[in-house]
Amino acid sequence: MANEVQVEKMTDLMAKFIAHTAKKLPDDVIAKLQELRDKEDSPMTKVIYDTMFRNQELAVQLNRPSCQDTGVLQFWVKCGTGFPLINELEALLKESVVKATFEAPLRHNSVETFDEYNTGKNVGKGTPTVWWDIVPNSDECEIYTYMAGGGCTLPGNATVLMPGEGYEGVTKFVLDRMTTYGLNACPPLLVGVGVATSVETAALLSKKALMRPIGSHNDNEKAAKMEKLLEDGINAIGLGPQGMGGKYSVMGVNIENTARHPSAIGVAVNVGCWSHRRGHIIFDKYLNVTITSHSGVEL
Amino acid sequence: MVEIKDGKKILVTPVSKEDLADISIGDIVYLSGSLTTCRDVAHRRVVEEGRQIPVDVRDNAIFHAGPIIRPLDDDKYEMVSVGPTTSMRMEKFEYEFVKETGVRVIVGKGGMKENTERACKEFGAIHCVFPAGNAVVAATEVEEIVDAKWKDLGMPETLWNCRVKEFGPLIVSIDSSGRNYFEEKKVEYNKKKDEQVELISKQVGFIK
Ligand code: SF4
Repeated sequence: MANEVQVEKMTDLMAKFIAHTAKKLPDDVIAKLQELRDKEDSPMTKVIYDTMFRNQELAVQLNRPSCQDTGVLQFWVKCGTGFPLINELEALLKESVVKATFEAPLRHNSVETFDEYNTGKNVGKGTPTVWWDIVPNSDECEIYTYMAGGGCTLPGNATVLMPGEGYEGVTKFVLDRMTTYGLNACPPLLVGVGVATSVETAALLSKKALMRPIGSHNDNEKAAKMEKLLEDGINAIGLGPQGMGGKYSVMGVNIENTARHPSAIGVAVNVGCWSHRRGHIIFDKYLNVTITSHSGVEL
Repeated sequence: MVEIKDGKKILVTPVSKEDLADISIGDIVYLSGSLTTCRDVAHRRVVEEGRQIPVDVRDNAIFHAGPIIRPLDDDKYEMVSVGPTTSMRMEKFEYEFVKETGVRVIVGKGGMKENTERACKEFGAIHCVFPAGNAVVAATEVEEIVDAKWKDLGMPETLWNCRVKEFGPLIVSIDSSGRNYFEEKKVEYNKKKDEQVELISKQVGFIK
C-alpha cells in the first residue's frame, strides 16, 4: 500500500517536472542563448533572438509550451539497485507522460509504426523511450528528461568508418550534416557526437552527449580538443539563428566515447535545437527531489 | 497595402503584386490581416484533386503550420500555440497552388526550391520564414480565428482562417523576383564547411 502511494507521488512529481520543461528551458541553455544573442550584431539575428527571448517569457507568463512541437519524451535513468521504486519505474514514467500531456498540454506525438495511427496519448509501443543505467550500491534514482522534437531529430545519423578515414572522417561526417539537415533543425544547435565501436554504441552516446551541460568537456584531453575544434569549425560556417546566417551556429559540441574494435570507428551525430528541453532530476529513496537543470522550480 | 509603423514594414492584406516589388530576400516584414493555416493535405486537395479552396486566400497569406486550438463557445476558437512546419514538404505543390489560389504571402519554416521560386516570380508572391520554436509569440499575434474550413482533416490540417496583427517577424526567403535566400546562403555555408573540414583535419591525426 505504501508502495502505491509512493508510485503515485513519483508519477505526479515527474508529470509536473515534464510539464515545466516544456515551458522553461534549462539554466545553461538560457545562459548560452543570452551569450550568443549578445555576440551577434546583424539586425536580422537581433530580431530573431529578441523573438526567442520574448517567446520564452510569454510561455512562462501564459503557462503554455514554448514550442508547439513538444517532441517524443525520452528518459535516461541512472537507477540505484536499492531505489525502492526500481520495479515500477518504467511504467510510472509512461504514466507521467500521459499525465503531463493532459496537464501541460503537450502535443500528441506518438504514431504507432506499421499500423500508422496516432495513439492520441503521446505514448505508444516503446515510447516514451527509456534508457537504463543500473547503479550498484545506490538507493537514488537520477533521471534525465528530453523532448525530442521532429526537426531536431532529423539530422541524426550514424555510420561505421574504416580506421583509415580516421578522425578526419569523423570531422567530415559531422560537418556534412550541419549544412544539410542541421540548417533546418533550428540553430543554434547543441551537437552531440558519439565515437565508439559500432553503429548503435555511437548512436546512443551521441544522444547521451546532449544531456551533458553546455560548456562541459570530455575528460579525455584529445576528445576535449576535438569538441573545441568542431565547435569553432561549425561556428565558422555561420549558420546563425534559424540557419539564416550569423556569427555563431552552435551552443556547443559534446563528444562521448568508448574504446573501439581495431578495424572500425563507430560515429554518430545527434542535435538539439535552440529550444533544448532537457531536464535533470534526482530522487532519493524517500522521493525527495533535487533538480540540477532548472533553478527555482516548485513541483 | 504596405504600412510603415515604428520602423516596421507591415504588409496589410489584401496585398498586391506591386506591394511586394521592392521587398527583397533577407528583409524583415510583418503581416496584418488575413492569414490561413494550410499544409500538406490541403495542398494536395487543391493541386491533385482540383478542389476549390474554401477560404479565399487571393491576395492574402497562408501559413505552413499545424496549430493547437482550444474550442470556445458558439463555434469560436482560440489559438493556443502555432508554429511553422517545414515548408519543403509543400514544394512540389506550390507552383500550382499559387497559380490556382492567387495567394501572395507564404509563411513557413526553412527554404523552398524551384517550383516556389517560379511561382513567386511569375505571379508576384513571396515566401517568408517565421522563426521556429516561437509558438507562443505567434499565437498571441493572432487576434481572432475567423473561420475554419475542411475540418474533416483534423486540428493540424484544418484551414484556420485567422485575423493577425503585426504577425512576425517574417524573414523573406524567396522574393517576387525569384531570388532564394537559403539557396544563396547554402553555397556560402558549403564553401566554409569544406574549408573547416580541411582545417580541422590537420589537427586531429590521433591515429598515428
Ligand atoms: S527544431 Fe526545436 S525549436 Fe524548432 S520546431 Fe522543432 S522542436 Fe521546435
